[in-house]
Amino acid sequence: MVPIEYYVALSAILFMIGTMGVLTRRNAIIIFMSIELMLNAANLLFVAFARMYEALSGQIFVFFVMTVAAAEVAVGLALIVAVFRTKHSINIDEASTLKG
Amino acid sequence: MSGYGIEDLVYILPIVFLLVWALVLVLVEAFTKRPDVTMLLAAFGLLAAVTLSVIQFGTEATAFKEMLTVDGYAVFVYMLVLASGLLSLGLAYDYNRRMGWARGEYYILMLFSIAGAMLMASAANLIVVFLALELLSIPLYVMAAFVPNDASSEEAGLKYFLLGAFAGGFVLYGVALIYGATGATNLMDVVAAALGTNSPVMLLTGAALILVGLGFKVALVPFHMWTPDVYQGAPTPVTAYMAVVAKAGGFAALFRVFIAAFPSVSADLTPVIATLVVLTLVVGNVAALAQKNIKRMLAYSSISHAGFLMMAFVTYGSALYADAVTSLLFYLLAFTVTSFGSWAVVIALEKAEGKGLDFEDYAGLGKKYPMLSAAMLVFLLSFAGVPPTLGFAGKFFLFRTVLEAGYAWLAIVGVIMSLVSAFYYLRVVRFMYFEQGDPEVRSEPVLNLVTAITVVGTIFLFLFSGPLLAWASEAVLALI
Repeated sequence: MVPIEYYVALSAILFMIGTMGVLTRRNAIIIFMSIELMLNAANLLFVAFARMYEALSGQIFVFFVMTVAAAEVAVGLALIVAVFRTKHSINIDEASTLKG
Repeated sequence: MSGYGIEDLVYILPIVFLLVWALVLVLVEAFTKRPDVTMLLAAFGLLAAVTLSVIQFGTEATAFKEMLTVDGYAVFVYMLVLASGLLSLGLAYDYNRRMGWARGEYYILMLFSIAGAMLMASAANLIVVFLALELLSIPLYVMAAFVPNDASSEEAGLKYFLLGAFAGGFVLYGVALIYGATGATNLMDVVAAALGTNSPVMLLTGAALILVGLGFKVALVPFHMWTPDVYQGAPTPVTAYMAVVAKAGGFAALFRVFIAAFPSVSADLTPVIATLVVLTLVVGNVAALAQKNIKRMLAYSSISHAGFLMMAFVTYGSALYADAVTSLLFYLLAFTVTSFGSWAVVIALEKAEGKGLDFEDYAGLGKKYPMLSAAMLVFLLSFAGVPPTLGFAGKFFLFRTVLEAGYAWLAIVGVIMSLVSAFYYLRVVRFMYFEQGDPEVRSEPVLNLVTAITVVGTIFLFLFSGPLLAWASEAVLALI
Protein backbone atom coordinates (compact mmCIF):
# COMPACT_ATOMS: atom_id res chain seq x y z
CA MET A 1 0.00 0.00 0.00
CA VAL A 2 1.24 3.49 -0.86
CA PRO A 3 2.06 5.37 2.36
CA ILE A 4 -0.15 8.34 3.23
CA GLU A 5 2.78 10.77 3.06
CA TYR A 6 3.00 10.26 -0.71
CA TYR A 7 -0.61 11.28 -1.18
CA VAL A 8 -0.21 14.32 1.06
CA ALA A 9 2.94 15.38 -0.82
CA LEU A 10 1.27 14.95 -4.23
CA SER A 11 -1.77 16.85 -3.08
CA ALA A 12 0.37 19.68 -1.65
CA ILE A 13 2.23 19.91 -4.98
CA LEU A 14 -1.05 20.05 -6.92
CA PHE A 15 -2.37 22.73 -4.57
CA MET A 16 0.81 24.77 -5.02
CA ILE A 17 0.63 24.46 -8.81
CA GLY A 18 -2.98 25.61 -8.65
CA THR A 19 -2.16 28.58 -6.42
CA MET A 20 0.78 29.64 -8.56
CA GLY A 21 -1.40 29.31 -11.64
CA VAL A 22 -4.02 31.65 -10.21
CA LEU A 23 -1.39 34.17 -9.20
CA THR A 24 0.72 34.18 -12.37
CA ARG A 25 -1.50 33.36 -15.36
CA ARG A 26 -3.49 36.09 -17.07
CA ASN A 27 -6.08 34.15 -19.04
CA ALA A 28 -9.37 33.89 -17.11
CA ILE A 29 -9.99 30.30 -18.30
CA ILE A 30 -6.54 29.14 -17.20
CA ILE A 31 -6.97 30.84 -13.83
CA PHE A 32 -10.25 29.03 -13.50
CA MET A 33 -8.59 25.70 -14.39
CA SER A 34 -5.97 26.37 -11.71
CA ILE A 35 -8.75 26.89 -9.16
CA GLU A 36 -10.24 23.55 -10.17
CA LEU A 37 -6.82 22.00 -9.62
CA MET A 38 -6.81 23.38 -6.07
CA LEU A 39 -10.21 21.83 -5.40
CA ASN A 40 -9.04 18.50 -6.78
CA ALA A 41 -5.92 18.62 -4.62
CA ALA A 42 -8.27 18.84 -1.65
CA ASN A 43 -10.31 15.95 -3.05
CA LEU A 44 -7.20 13.80 -3.24
CA LEU A 45 -6.49 14.56 0.42
CA PHE A 46 -10.03 13.66 1.43
CA VAL A 47 -9.87 10.31 -0.35
CA ALA A 48 -6.39 9.49 0.96
CA PHE A 49 -7.35 10.30 4.55
CA ALA A 50 -10.63 8.43 4.23
CA ARG A 51 -8.58 5.38 3.35
CA MET A 52 -6.17 5.98 6.21
CA TYR A 53 -8.98 6.31 8.78
CA GLU A 54 -11.00 3.59 7.03
CA ALA A 55 -13.98 5.97 7.16
CA LEU A 56 -16.37 6.67 4.32
CA SER A 57 -17.05 10.29 5.21
CA GLY A 58 -14.00 11.63 3.36
CA GLN A 59 -15.06 9.94 0.15
CA ILE A 60 -18.56 11.37 0.46
CA PHE A 61 -17.19 14.89 0.87
CA VAL A 62 -15.58 14.51 -2.54
CA PHE A 63 -19.02 14.19 -4.09
CA PHE A 64 -20.11 17.40 -2.42
CA VAL A 65 -16.99 19.15 -3.67
CA MET A 66 -17.54 17.90 -7.21
CA THR A 67 -21.11 19.22 -7.12
CA VAL A 68 -19.92 22.62 -5.94
CA ALA A 69 -17.22 22.63 -8.62
CA ALA A 70 -19.88 21.91 -11.26
CA ALA A 71 -22.00 24.81 -10.01
CA GLU A 72 -18.95 27.06 -10.11
CA VAL A 73 -18.17 25.98 -13.68
CA ALA A 74 -21.71 26.86 -14.74
CA VAL A 75 -21.54 30.35 -13.28
CA GLY A 76 -17.87 30.95 -14.06
CA LEU A 77 -18.01 30.04 -17.74
CA ALA A 78 -21.18 32.11 -18.15
CA LEU A 79 -19.39 35.11 -16.64
CA ILE A 80 -16.34 34.57 -18.85
CA VAL A 81 -18.54 34.36 -21.96
CA ALA A 82 -20.37 37.54 -20.94
CA VAL A 83 -17.09 39.39 -20.47
CA PHE A 84 -15.77 38.05 -23.79
CA ARG A 85 -18.86 39.27 -25.63
CA THR A 86 -18.48 42.78 -24.25
CA LYS A 87 -14.70 43.15 -24.43
CA HIS A 88 -13.61 40.50 -26.95
CA SER A 89 -10.88 39.41 -24.56
CA ILE A 90 -10.61 37.32 -21.43
CA ASN A 91 -7.18 38.57 -20.45
CA ILE A 92 -7.64 39.86 -16.93
CA ASP A 93 -4.98 42.54 -17.40
CA GLU A 94 -7.32 44.16 -19.89
CA ALA A 95 -10.11 44.02 -17.35
CA SER A 96 -9.15 47.33 -15.84
CA THR A 97 -12.18 49.54 -16.27
CA LEU A 98 -12.31 49.81 -12.51
CA LYS A 99 -9.54 51.52 -10.66
CA GLY A 100 -8.99 54.47 -8.44
CA MET B 1 -30.33 7.24 16.23
CA SER B 2 -30.47 6.31 12.63
CA GLY B 3 -31.56 8.33 9.65
CA TYR B 4 -33.09 11.78 9.68
CA GLY B 5 -36.53 12.64 10.91
CA ILE B 6 -38.97 15.38 10.22
CA GLU B 7 -37.72 17.14 13.37
CA ASP B 8 -34.41 17.83 11.65
CA LEU B 9 -36.25 19.81 9.00
CA VAL B 10 -38.32 21.58 11.65
CA TYR B 11 -35.20 22.78 13.45
CA ILE B 12 -33.92 24.52 10.36
CA LEU B 13 -37.34 25.52 9.08
CA PRO B 14 -36.45 29.15 8.26
CA ILE B 15 -33.69 27.98 5.92
CA VAL B 16 -35.70 25.15 4.38
CA PHE B 17 -38.65 27.46 3.86
CA LEU B 18 -36.49 30.12 2.21
CA LEU B 19 -34.89 27.61 -0.18
CA VAL B 20 -38.22 26.02 -1.15
CA TRP B 21 -39.76 29.47 -1.58
CA ALA B 22 -36.88 30.53 -3.83
CA LEU B 23 -37.40 27.42 -5.99
CA VAL B 24 -41.12 28.19 -6.24
CA LEU B 25 -40.27 31.74 -7.28
CA VAL B 26 -38.04 30.45 -10.06
CA LEU B 27 -41.15 28.86 -11.57
CA VAL B 28 -43.34 31.88 -10.86
CA GLU B 29 -40.84 34.16 -12.58
CA ALA B 30 -40.50 31.78 -15.52
CA PHE B 31 -44.25 31.78 -16.16
CA THR B 32 -45.28 35.33 -15.25
CA LYS B 33 -42.15 37.35 -16.14
CA ARG B 34 -43.31 40.07 -13.76
CA PRO B 35 -40.36 41.34 -11.71
CA ASP B 36 -42.66 43.34 -9.44
CA VAL B 37 -44.62 40.24 -8.51
CA THR B 38 -41.44 38.26 -7.86
CA MET B 39 -40.09 41.06 -5.72
CA LEU B 40 -43.24 41.21 -3.59
CA LEU B 41 -43.28 37.43 -3.21
CA ALA B 42 -39.58 37.46 -2.26
CA ALA B 43 -40.31 40.10 0.39
CA PHE B 44 -43.17 37.96 1.66
CA GLY B 45 -40.84 34.94 1.84
CA LEU B 46 -38.29 36.92 3.83
CA LEU B 47 -40.99 38.13 6.25
CA ALA B 48 -42.23 34.57 6.68
CA ALA B 49 -38.66 33.41 7.37
CA VAL B 50 -38.30 36.19 9.95
CA THR B 51 -41.47 34.93 11.65
CA LEU B 52 -40.20 31.35 11.62
CA SER B 53 -36.90 32.55 13.12
CA VAL B 54 -38.70 34.47 15.87
CA ILE B 55 -40.53 31.27 16.78
CA GLN B 56 -37.15 29.59 17.10
CA PHE B 57 -35.94 31.89 19.86
CA GLY B 58 -34.72 29.77 22.71
CA THR B 59 -34.37 26.63 20.60
CA GLU B 60 -31.14 24.81 21.14
CA ALA B 61 -30.75 21.81 18.98
CA THR B 62 -28.54 20.12 16.47
CA ALA B 63 -29.99 18.78 13.26
CA PHE B 64 -28.88 16.24 10.68
CA LYS B 65 -26.49 14.36 12.96
CA GLU B 66 -24.77 17.45 14.31
CA MET B 67 -24.23 18.92 10.87
CA LEU B 68 -26.18 22.03 11.83
CA THR B 69 -26.73 23.83 15.10
CA VAL B 70 -29.67 26.06 15.88
CA ASP B 71 -28.99 28.30 18.87
CA GLY B 72 -29.34 31.91 19.92
CA TYR B 73 -26.19 32.88 18.02
CA ALA B 74 -27.50 31.37 14.80
CA VAL B 75 -30.93 32.92 15.23
CA PHE B 76 -29.38 36.35 15.87
CA VAL B 77 -27.51 36.10 12.57
CA TYR B 78 -30.66 34.78 10.84
CA MET B 79 -32.54 37.89 11.92
CA LEU B 80 -29.69 40.13 10.85
CA VAL B 81 -29.33 38.70 7.32
CA LEU B 82 -33.09 38.43 6.79
CA ALA B 83 -33.49 42.08 7.76
CA SER B 84 -30.59 42.89 5.42
CA GLY B 85 -32.41 41.00 2.69
CA LEU B 86 -35.56 43.07 3.19
CA LEU B 87 -33.58 46.33 3.20
CA SER B 88 -31.71 45.41 0.04
CA LEU B 89 -34.97 44.47 -1.70
CA GLY B 90 -36.05 48.00 -0.86
CA LEU B 91 -32.82 49.42 -2.28
CA ALA B 92 -33.02 47.33 -5.45
CA TYR B 93 -36.67 47.84 -6.29
CA ASP B 94 -36.61 51.45 -7.50
CA TYR B 95 -32.98 51.32 -8.63
CA ASN B 96 -33.43 48.35 -10.96
CA ARG B 97 -36.43 49.97 -12.63
CA ARG B 98 -34.73 53.35 -12.91
CA MET B 99 -31.69 51.74 -14.55
CA GLY B 100 -33.91 49.72 -16.84
CA TRP B 101 -32.86 46.19 -16.01
CA ALA B 102 -35.49 45.01 -13.55
CA ARG B 103 -35.43 41.21 -13.68
CA GLY B 104 -37.11 38.84 -11.25
CA GLU B 105 -34.09 36.53 -11.12
CA TYR B 106 -32.28 39.16 -9.08
CA TYR B 107 -34.57 38.67 -6.09
CA ILE B 108 -34.48 34.88 -6.40
CA LEU B 109 -30.68 34.79 -6.41
CA MET B 110 -30.75 36.98 -3.34
CA LEU B 111 -32.99 34.52 -1.50
CA PHE B 112 -30.58 31.67 -2.26
CA SER B 113 -27.64 33.68 -1.07
CA ILE B 114 -29.43 34.66 2.17
CA ALA B 115 -30.13 30.98 2.83
CA GLY B 116 -26.38 30.41 2.40
CA ALA B 117 -25.55 33.11 4.95
CA MET B 118 -28.02 31.57 7.40
CA LEU B 119 -26.47 28.13 6.91
CA MET B 120 -23.03 29.61 7.62
CA ALA B 121 -24.26 30.80 11.01
CA SER B 122 -25.67 27.34 11.75
CA ALA B 123 -22.86 25.21 10.37
CA ALA B 124 -21.48 22.79 12.94
CA ASN B 125 -19.43 20.79 10.49
CA LEU B 126 -16.56 22.08 8.40
CA ILE B 127 -17.88 20.61 5.18
CA VAL B 128 -21.17 22.44 5.80
CA VAL B 129 -19.16 25.64 6.27
CA PHE B 130 -17.69 25.12 2.80
CA LEU B 131 -21.05 24.27 1.18
CA ALA B 132 -22.80 27.21 2.87
CA LEU B 133 -19.99 29.53 1.81
CA GLU B 134 -20.50 28.49 -1.80
CA LEU B 135 -24.29 28.82 -1.53
CA LEU B 136 -23.75 32.34 -0.22
CA SER B 137 -21.18 33.23 -2.88
CA ILE B 138 -22.26 31.69 -6.18
CA PRO B 139 -25.52 33.70 -6.44
CA LEU B 140 -23.53 36.80 -5.45
CA TYR B 141 -21.15 36.36 -8.40
CA VAL B 142 -24.15 36.46 -10.73
CA MET B 143 -25.70 39.42 -8.93
CA ALA B 144 -22.46 41.41 -9.18
CA ALA B 145 -22.47 40.90 -12.97
CA PHE B 146 -26.20 41.55 -13.28
CA VAL B 147 -26.18 44.67 -15.48
CA PRO B 148 -26.52 43.47 -19.08
CA ASN B 149 -23.80 44.52 -21.56
CA ASP B 150 -22.05 46.66 -19.00
CA ALA B 151 -18.28 46.22 -18.99
CA SER B 152 -17.69 47.32 -15.41
CA SER B 153 -20.45 45.18 -13.91
CA GLU B 154 -19.29 42.10 -15.84
CA GLU B 155 -15.71 42.79 -14.88
CA ALA B 156 -16.73 43.10 -11.22
CA GLY B 157 -18.57 39.79 -11.46
CA LEU B 158 -15.60 38.02 -13.05
CA LYS B 159 -13.11 39.40 -10.54
CA TYR B 160 -15.36 38.52 -7.64
CA PHE B 161 -15.88 35.06 -9.06
CA LEU B 162 -12.20 34.28 -9.65
CA LEU B 163 -11.05 35.53 -6.26
CA GLY B 164 -14.08 34.07 -4.46
CA ALA B 165 -13.50 30.63 -5.98
CA PHE B 166 -9.79 30.94 -5.14
CA ALA B 167 -10.73 31.67 -1.51
CA GLY B 168 -13.14 28.73 -1.56
CA GLY B 169 -10.21 26.52 -2.59
CA PHE B 170 -8.25 27.65 0.47
CA VAL B 171 -11.16 26.92 2.81
CA LEU B 172 -11.61 23.47 1.29
CA TYR B 173 -7.94 22.56 1.50
CA GLY B 174 -7.94 23.72 5.12
CA VAL B 175 -10.92 21.47 5.84
CA ALA B 176 -9.16 18.55 4.16
CA LEU B 177 -6.04 19.07 6.28
CA ILE B 178 -8.09 19.23 9.47
CA TYR B 179 -9.86 16.05 8.43
CA GLY B 180 -6.45 14.49 8.03
CA ALA B 181 -5.16 15.74 11.38
CA THR B 182 -8.20 14.76 13.43
CA GLY B 183 -10.21 12.27 11.40
CA ALA B 184 -13.28 14.45 11.76
CA THR B 185 -14.95 17.51 10.30
CA ASN B 186 -17.60 17.86 12.96
CA LEU B 187 -16.59 20.78 15.20
CA MET B 188 -17.15 18.86 18.45
CA ASP B 189 -15.10 15.89 17.27
CA VAL B 190 -12.38 18.15 15.89
CA VAL B 191 -11.90 19.87 19.24
CA ALA B 192 -11.77 16.54 21.06
CA ALA B 193 -9.30 15.04 18.60
CA ALA B 194 -7.24 18.25 18.39
CA LEU B 195 -6.18 17.92 22.03
CA GLY B 196 -4.54 14.58 21.40
CA THR B 197 -3.45 15.09 17.81
CA ASN B 198 -0.01 13.96 16.78
CA SER B 199 0.09 16.34 13.83
CA PRO B 200 -0.36 19.84 15.26
CA VAL B 201 1.33 21.36 12.21
CA MET B 202 -1.34 19.96 9.91
CA LEU B 203 -4.08 21.20 12.25
CA LEU B 204 -2.54 24.65 12.47
CA THR B 205 -2.06 24.85 8.70
CA GLY B 206 -5.66 23.80 8.19
CA ALA B 207 -6.95 26.43 10.61
CA ALA B 208 -4.76 29.08 8.98
CA LEU B 209 -6.03 28.18 5.49
CA ILE B 210 -9.63 28.49 6.68
CA LEU B 211 -8.74 31.87 8.18
CA VAL B 212 -7.25 32.97 4.85
CA GLY B 213 -10.24 31.74 2.84
CA LEU B 214 -12.82 33.40 5.06
CA GLY B 215 -10.54 36.45 5.31
CA PHE B 216 -10.98 36.86 1.54
CA LYS B 217 -14.74 36.74 1.94
CA VAL B 218 -14.94 39.35 4.68
CA ALA B 219 -12.21 41.46 2.98
CA LEU B 220 -9.36 41.51 5.47
CA VAL B 221 -6.06 43.03 4.38
CA PRO B 222 -4.00 41.54 2.68
CA PHE B 223 -6.84 39.60 1.06
CA HIS B 224 -8.88 42.66 0.15
CA MET B 225 -7.58 43.50 -3.37
CA TRP B 226 -10.87 42.61 -5.02
CA THR B 227 -13.07 44.71 -2.74
CA PRO B 228 -12.84 48.24 -4.18
CA ASP B 229 -13.15 47.05 -7.79
CA VAL B 230 -16.05 44.73 -7.11
CA TYR B 231 -17.88 47.22 -4.90
CA GLN B 232 -17.49 49.92 -7.53
CA GLY B 233 -18.42 47.81 -10.55
CA ALA B 234 -21.35 45.88 -9.10
CA PRO B 235 -24.81 47.46 -9.18
CA THR B 236 -25.11 49.59 -6.02
CA PRO B 237 -27.89 47.57 -4.31
CA VAL B 238 -25.76 44.43 -4.80
CA THR B 239 -22.78 46.23 -3.29
CA ALA B 240 -24.86 47.21 -0.28
CA TYR B 241 -26.09 43.66 0.05
CA MET B 242 -22.72 41.96 -0.21
CA ALA B 243 -20.99 44.47 2.05
CA VAL B 244 -23.26 43.37 4.86
CA VAL B 245 -24.41 39.82 4.23
CA ALA B 246 -21.13 38.34 2.99
CA LYS B 247 -19.45 39.85 6.07
CA ALA B 248 -22.16 38.67 8.47
CA GLY B 249 -22.02 35.12 7.08
CA GLY B 250 -18.23 35.04 6.97
CA PHE B 251 -17.76 36.32 10.51
CA ALA B 252 -20.54 34.11 11.88
CA ALA B 253 -18.84 30.99 10.52
CA LEU B 254 -15.35 32.18 11.42
CA PHE B 255 -16.30 32.68 15.07
CA ARG B 256 -18.22 29.48 15.50
CA VAL B 257 -15.49 27.40 13.86
CA PHE B 258 -12.59 28.95 15.73
CA ILE B 259 -14.25 29.07 19.14
CA ALA B 260 -15.74 25.61 18.90
CA ALA B 261 -12.98 23.74 17.11
CA PHE B 262 -9.61 25.48 17.45
CA PRO B 263 -9.13 26.75 21.00
CA SER B 264 -6.01 24.56 21.13
CA VAL B 265 -4.18 26.61 18.49
CA SER B 266 -5.27 30.04 19.77
CA ALA B 267 -1.82 30.80 21.21
CA ASP B 268 -0.28 30.35 17.76
CA LEU B 269 -3.00 32.15 15.86
CA THR B 270 -3.65 35.18 18.07
CA PRO B 271 -0.52 37.12 16.97
CA VAL B 272 -1.45 36.42 13.34
CA ILE B 273 -4.97 37.67 13.93
CA ALA B 274 -3.74 40.79 15.72
CA THR B 275 -1.43 41.52 12.76
CA LEU B 276 -4.33 41.09 10.33
CA VAL B 277 -6.45 43.47 12.40
CA VAL B 278 -3.79 46.20 12.45
CA LEU B 279 -3.06 45.80 8.72
CA THR B 280 -6.76 45.90 7.87
CA LEU B 281 -7.42 48.97 9.98
CA VAL B 282 -4.43 50.89 8.69
CA VAL B 283 -4.69 50.00 5.00
CA GLY B 284 -8.48 50.30 4.90
CA ASN B 285 -8.58 53.71 6.52
CA VAL B 286 -5.51 55.23 4.86
CA ALA B 287 -6.55 54.08 1.38
CA ALA B 288 -10.04 55.49 1.95
CA LEU B 289 -8.48 58.92 2.47
CA ALA B 290 -7.37 59.03 -1.16
CA GLN B 291 -10.72 58.15 -2.76
CA LYS B 292 -12.89 60.50 -4.79
CA ASN B 293 -15.59 58.03 -5.77
CA ILE B 294 -18.13 57.43 -3.02
CA LYS B 295 -18.52 53.72 -3.82
CA ARG B 296 -14.78 53.14 -3.57
CA MET B 297 -14.62 55.20 -0.38
CA LEU B 298 -17.38 53.11 1.18
CA ALA B 299 -15.58 49.96 -0.05
CA TYR B 300 -12.41 50.89 1.84
CA SER B 301 -14.55 51.98 4.76
CA SER B 302 -16.15 48.52 4.80
CA ILE B 303 -12.67 46.97 4.77
CA SER B 304 -11.81 49.03 7.83
CA HIS B 305 -15.02 47.92 9.53
CA ALA B 306 -14.02 44.31 8.83
CA GLY B 307 -10.87 45.18 10.77
CA PHE B 308 -12.91 46.47 13.70
CA LEU B 309 -15.09 43.36 13.64
CA MET B 310 -11.99 41.17 13.53
CA MET B 311 -10.74 42.96 16.65
CA ALA B 312 -13.17 40.96 18.73
CA PHE B 313 -11.41 37.89 17.42
CA VAL B 314 -8.06 38.40 19.18
CA THR B 315 -9.66 37.31 22.43
CA TYR B 316 -11.01 34.04 21.11
CA GLY B 317 -8.68 31.83 23.11
CA SER B 318 -9.11 33.75 26.36
CA ALA B 319 -11.82 33.53 28.98
CA LEU B 320 -13.38 36.73 27.69
CA TYR B 321 -14.41 35.46 24.31
CA ALA B 322 -18.12 35.45 25.27
CA ASP B 323 -18.00 39.22 25.73
CA ALA B 324 -16.05 39.51 22.51
CA VAL B 325 -18.66 37.64 20.49
CA THR B 326 -21.37 39.75 22.09
CA SER B 327 -19.68 42.94 21.02
CA LEU B 328 -19.03 41.46 17.58
CA LEU B 329 -22.75 40.74 17.10
CA PHE B 330 -23.62 44.21 18.33
CA TYR B 331 -21.07 45.84 16.01
CA LEU B 332 -22.39 43.76 13.13
CA LEU B 333 -25.89 45.06 13.85
CA ALA B 334 -24.64 48.67 14.00
CA PHE B 335 -22.69 48.22 10.76
CA THR B 336 -25.72 46.67 9.02
CA VAL B 337 -28.09 49.52 9.84
CA THR B 338 -25.58 52.27 9.08
CA SER B 339 -24.27 50.66 5.93
CA PHE B 340 -27.67 50.16 4.32
CA GLY B 341 -28.58 53.74 5.17
CA SER B 342 -25.49 55.18 3.55
CA TRP B 343 -25.94 53.03 0.42
CA ALA B 344 -29.57 54.19 0.21
CA VAL B 345 -28.35 57.80 -0.02
CA VAL B 346 -25.74 56.80 -2.63
CA ILE B 347 -28.47 55.13 -4.69
CA ALA B 348 -30.70 58.20 -4.41
CA LEU B 349 -27.98 60.32 -6.04
CA GLU B 350 -26.71 57.78 -8.57
CA LYS B 351 -27.46 58.27 -12.24
CA ALA B 352 -27.13 55.94 -15.22
CA GLU B 353 -23.70 54.75 -16.41
CA GLY B 354 -21.95 55.25 -13.08
CA LYS B 355 -22.54 59.00 -12.93
CA GLY B 356 -23.37 60.86 -9.76
CA LEU B 357 -20.94 58.88 -7.63
CA ASP B 358 -18.15 61.40 -7.06
CA PHE B 359 -17.82 63.58 -4.00
CA GLU B 360 -18.42 66.64 -6.21
CA ASP B 361 -21.89 65.32 -7.00
CA TYR B 362 -22.77 65.77 -3.32
CA ALA B 363 -22.00 69.49 -3.40
CA GLY B 364 -24.96 71.58 -2.38
CA LEU B 365 -26.99 68.62 -1.16
CA GLY B 366 -27.46 70.22 2.26
CA LYS B 367 -29.23 73.26 0.87
CA LYS B 368 -31.40 71.55 -1.72
CA TYR B 369 -32.32 68.34 0.09
CA PRO B 370 -31.92 69.01 3.82
CA MET B 371 -33.61 65.77 4.90
CA LEU B 372 -31.50 63.51 2.70
CA SER B 373 -28.23 65.17 3.65
CA ALA B 374 -29.17 65.10 7.34
CA ALA B 375 -29.70 61.36 6.93
CA MET B 376 -26.31 60.98 5.26
CA LEU B 377 -24.76 63.01 8.08
CA VAL B 378 -26.22 60.60 10.64
CA PHE B 379 -24.83 57.59 8.77
CA LEU B 380 -21.37 59.08 8.34
CA LEU B 381 -21.23 60.03 12.03
CA SER B 382 -22.31 56.51 12.91
CA PHE B 383 -19.57 55.06 10.67
CA ALA B 384 -17.03 57.31 12.37
CA GLY B 385 -18.34 56.32 15.80
CA VAL B 386 -19.68 59.64 17.04
CA PRO B 387 -22.49 59.62 19.66
CA PRO B 388 -25.50 59.55 19.68
CA THR B 389 -25.43 56.87 17.01
CA LEU B 390 -25.41 53.11 16.91
CA GLY B 391 -21.89 53.11 15.49
CA PHE B 392 -20.60 54.78 18.66
CA ALA B 393 -22.20 52.12 20.87
CA GLY B 394 -20.73 49.39 18.67
CA LYS B 395 -17.20 50.78 18.88
CA PHE B 396 -17.56 51.49 22.60
CA PHE B 397 -18.49 47.90 23.49
CA LEU B 398 -15.84 46.51 21.16
CA PHE B 399 -12.99 48.63 22.52
CA ARG B 400 -14.09 47.90 26.09
CA THR B 401 -13.88 44.15 25.46
CA VAL B 402 -10.49 44.46 23.81
CA LEU B 403 -9.22 46.55 26.75
CA GLU B 404 -10.52 44.05 29.29
CA ALA B 405 -8.76 41.27 27.44
CA GLY B 406 -5.47 43.10 27.93
CA TYR B 407 -4.95 44.36 24.38
CA ALA B 408 -4.74 48.04 25.31
CA TRP B 409 -2.40 48.78 22.37
CA LEU B 410 -4.93 47.31 19.94
CA ALA B 411 -7.71 49.46 21.39
CA ILE B 412 -5.45 52.50 20.96
CA VAL B 413 -4.81 51.59 17.32
CA GLY B 414 -8.58 51.27 16.94
CA VAL B 415 -9.25 54.70 18.41
CA ILE B 416 -6.56 56.35 16.25
CA MET B 417 -7.96 54.70 13.15
CA SER B 418 -11.47 55.87 14.06
CA LEU B 419 -10.07 59.40 14.12
CA VAL B 420 -8.45 58.88 10.71
CA SER B 421 -11.76 57.58 9.39
CA ALA B 422 -13.51 60.74 10.57
CA PHE B 423 -11.38 62.68 8.02
CA TYR B 424 -12.79 60.97 4.96
CA TYR B 425 -16.34 60.72 6.30
CA LEU B 426 -16.33 64.42 7.09
CA ARG B 427 -15.01 65.21 3.58
CA VAL B 428 -18.40 64.09 2.26
CA VAL B 429 -20.09 66.27 4.88
CA ARG B 430 -18.00 69.24 3.76
CA PHE B 431 -19.12 68.72 0.16
CA MET B 432 -22.76 68.39 1.23
CA TYR B 433 -22.89 71.54 3.35
CA PHE B 434 -20.05 73.87 2.36
CA GLU B 435 -19.71 73.54 -1.41
CA GLN B 436 -21.90 75.01 -4.08
CA GLY B 437 -23.70 72.66 -6.39
CA ASP B 438 -27.01 71.62 -7.84
CA PRO B 439 -27.58 67.91 -7.27
CA GLU B 440 -30.59 66.16 -8.76
CA VAL B 441 -32.38 63.55 -6.65
CA ARG B 442 -35.45 61.65 -7.69
CA SER B 443 -37.83 60.92 -4.87
CA GLU B 444 -38.66 57.23 -4.86
CA PRO B 445 -41.03 56.01 -2.16
CA VAL B 446 -39.45 52.62 -1.34
CA LEU B 447 -35.95 54.08 -1.26
CA ASN B 448 -37.10 56.91 1.00
CA LEU B 449 -38.68 54.34 3.29
CA VAL B 450 -35.38 52.45 3.58
CA THR B 451 -33.53 55.68 4.34
CA ALA B 452 -36.09 56.66 6.97
CA ILE B 453 -36.01 53.24 8.64
CA THR B 454 -32.23 53.18 8.82
CA VAL B 455 -31.95 56.76 10.14
CA VAL B 456 -34.47 56.03 12.86
CA GLY B 457 -32.68 52.74 13.55
CA THR B 458 -29.26 54.37 13.80
CA ILE B 459 -30.40 56.85 16.44
CA PHE B 460 -33.28 55.04 18.11
CA LEU B 461 -31.46 51.73 18.56
CA PHE B 462 -28.61 53.65 20.18
CA LEU B 463 -31.00 54.56 23.00
CA PHE B 464 -31.74 50.87 23.41
CA SER B 465 -28.12 49.71 23.28
CA GLY B 466 -28.45 48.11 26.71
CA PRO B 467 -31.32 45.72 25.92
CA LEU B 468 -29.82 44.98 22.48
CA LEU B 469 -26.50 44.10 24.05
CA ALA B 470 -28.31 41.90 26.55
CA TRP B 471 -30.03 40.14 23.66
CA ALA B 472 -26.73 39.62 21.87
CA SER B 473 -25.17 38.35 25.07
CA GLU B 474 -27.99 35.84 25.57
CA ALA B 475 -27.47 34.72 22.01
CA VAL B 476 -23.82 34.10 22.74
CA LEU B 477 -24.40 32.17 25.94
CA ALA B 478 -25.83 29.39 23.84
CA LEU B 479 -22.57 29.13 21.95
CA ILE B 480 -20.57 28.20 25.01
